[in-house]
Amino acid sequence: MTAMRALLVILLCSAFGAALVYAILQLPPQAVDLPQQVSANIDESGVAHPVTAVLLNFRGYDTMLEVAVLLLALLGVLAGTSVEKRRRAAGERPTLPLLRGFTRLIVPLMVLVAGYLLWAGSSMPGGAFQAGAVVAGAGVLLHLARLLPAWATPNLMQRWGLAIGFLVFLAFAALPALQDGSTMLQYPLAWAGALILLIEAGLTLSLGLLLAGLFLCLSDDGMEFEK
Amino acid sequence: MHDLSLHAIAWLILLPLAWASAAFLLGPGRGAGLAVIGLALQLLLAISLAVGVVDQGPLAYQVGGWGAPLGIDLLADGLSSVMLLLTQVVALPLALYAHAYFSQNPKGVTWFWPLVGYLVAAMNALFLSADAFNIYVTLELVGLAAVGLVAVAGGVGPVTAALRYLLTTLLGSGAYLLGVALLYGTYGTVSLEVLGPLIAEQAPLAVAMAGALMLFGMLLKTALFPFHFWLPPAHGGAPAPVSAILSALVIKASFYLVVRFWLSIFEPLTDYAVAQLLGLFGAGAVLWGSLQALQQTRLKMLVAYSTVAQVGYLFLLFPLVTGTPEAAANSAVQGVIMQALAHGLAKAAMFTAAGAMVLSMERDDISRLGGLSSHMPQSLFAFGLAGVTLMGLPPSAGFLAKWLLIDAAIHSGQWGWIVMLIAGGLLTAAYVFKVLRQAFLQVEQDAHYRPLPRMLEWVPLVLALASLALGVRASEIILLTGVR
Amino acid sequence: MTLTLTPSLVYALTGALLFAIGVAGLIVRTHLLRKILAFNVMGSGAFMVLVGLGQRAGISDPVPQAMVLTGIVVAVAATALALALSRHLLLLTGNMHLPENDPDA
Repeated sequence: MTAMRALLVILLCSAFGAALVYAILQLPPQAVDLPQQVSANIDESGVAHPVTAVLLNFRGYDTMLEVAVLLLALLGVLAGTSVEKRRRAAGERPTLPLLRGFTRLIVPLMVLVAGYLLWAGSSMPGGAFQAGAVVAGAGVLLHLARLLPAWATPNLMQRWGLAIGFLVFLAFAALPALQDGSTMLQYPLAWAGALILLIEAGLTLSLGLLLAGLFLCLSDDGMEFEK
Repeated sequence: MHDLSLHAIAWLILLPLAWASAAFLLGPGRGAGLAVIGLALQLLLAISLAVGVVDQGPLAYQVGGWGAPLGIDLLADGLSSVMLLLTQVVALPLALYAHAYFSQNPKGVTWFWPLVGYLVAAMNALFLSADAFNIYVTLELVGLAAVGLVAVAGGVGPVTAALRYLLTTLLGSGAYLLGVALLYGTYGTVSLEVLGPLIAEQAPLAVAMAGALMLFGMLLKTALFPFHFWLPPAHGGAPAPVSAILSALVIKASFYLVVRFWLSIFEPLTDYAVAQLLGLFGAGAVLWGSLQALQQTRLKMLVAYSTVAQVGYLFLLFPLVTGTPEAAANSAVQGVIMQALAHGLAKAAMFTAAGAMVLSMERDDISRLGGLSSHMPQSLFAFGLAGVTLMGLPPSAGFLAKWLLIDAAIHSGQWGWIVMLIAGGLLTAAYVFKVLRQAFLQVEQDAHYRPLPRMLEWVPLVLALASLALGVRASEIILLTGVR
Repeated sequence: MTLTLTPSLVYALTGALLFAIGVAGLIVRTHLLRKILAFNVMGSGAFMVLVGLGQRAGISDPVPQAMVLTGIVVAVAATALALALSRHLLLLTGNMHLPENDPDA
């Protein structure tokens, strides 16, 4: 990119940024009061925390699609690595005793923290995404300590683990959609809390595997390439 | 029928999500059978939805039972039903073609089927969504699936093209997201139905900026000149089934959003100057894309540049619909939708025919197409028929589209666009005949032709014939597009 | 101007500036990692505008917070795909720059 074009782009972006700042300062008060609608309906949502209610109930459809986005990203990554033709290298690799010892101590605690975050999400900040991120962190740590090998192509068990969160969500979208008079993702009132917890549990597992998988599928540690 | 149409709305999204996930579970390279069955069912659902929309008007569907603005609403009106029909009608033959194609050339099939399934699900979800943030999520889903498909066969060219496409599409959706943020900040909701009445001509600057941002984002994703740079390497370098899906369908998704926003929530803010500018960009696309197509030496790159050119026609909608009499605006909308359908069918036919020809000859050079007329007449015929639609010759759907657009131009007194339509047709003829002329040359040396499964030659022909049939029997589609 | 400068409004204004910086970086920079970083800056800017504007009156609003949670996951997915493709390109060409944009030649 030539210096002239770069300067032009920077000038345009600065002007745009300034215009944006000006426009934001000119804003009148909002017309629609969504927080009030959320509080009015939160008792029927099955959870006590408003963000979880929005995420898993009122706008659960967005959340379901977003899990599909993550699964799709992993598919894109896998499509790339499958062309590379990687497989596990033969032979032993040197162990890392200090890291191993630490990992063996910390990973069970991480799993515990993830479980707590999942449970706490119904009444405090927390939930499936935070718990899944902690699980993924544990997976990456296990790999860095050479306790968990990198992934070539995920086998059937791993594919089930990756997909189960989305599939559970999809099942609870499809079941109400089969009945006349109810739409997809419409949880029966009495079961809403339990269903949300079930969906979040499945999501925690899958998100953990997906996020860790994004790292494990790309890691070269202990892998070799076919030429 | 009432309940079935409503159920169809949900199942058009849930069904492809289900079979795509099942294809993933089945493992590398598998899932073709599931895809074909799923797509066939989806086609039936799309038809039933279209019938329901014509009978009862636009159908709304409240996900989760909450209703906007608290929940997310889906809406099936004439425009979304037409796009849903196009998607399912093109995707089903392409699935059959892809299965045959990958049986001959397995490079890239490993995760093809789940990727295609999520792509189709995402497009269906996008066409049905009536919530601006939900549209953002579906846009990303479409974008990532499309990028994954471009890079599916590996190699320096496709990976570079995929990266360029990814970064461009991310810039586009980022701009769209900021637009959504500004709309929420101004009004406190992202539901399109609630926003519609709230946005008036004296809307705050932030709303106009939101509209501009969303428009910019969609122009990047639709590859309108001068933002077209990412398209030819991406569409030209991918395996033929992928090129067909991308050119025929994915491009239409972001264009649909421009139309949707222009005609609904941002309608009070639409500007004569911006509309004319979009039309001019469209004219530039037709001119530049066609000239570039004429200079290509590789067949699939020629077809890819043809997409750049044909996208330009779609943007004629805006000067013909902004500030014009109602008769002109109606003709313009009908013409552009017909053009989108015609191009979808014809471009899919063209890419699949080109793919079959390249696969059989095992080379891509236009200059060495000689002898094709005697060895692969069916594919060449399909290519030519698709060209007829793109040129706008009667009785094809492309002719009907151009006719409606010329009608709109006459009624609104904007004669310049007629020149563009006619010139575009001539330029299209030039590059289509360039290919046909080479193919009809007789060659002395016996070139080696690889025998192909019949499916690889039948699908292009069926798609090309469909684009002609649409021109003859267009009245139901025109009726459908009028439902708003 | 009819509003008071709440902390949320400051976040929104910062987000707007970050967005502009991110876009400039995404277009101007040629090294792939820098482009991806710029995309993340741009995304974070948009998220800050979304949450900041939604809460500018001082009352906590769960809807934009939930939307941003979704947006972060989407941004992570996109970043992962971009990084994987960049790594693939590096393995194939040894280069972390996209070839200069000249497709019409």
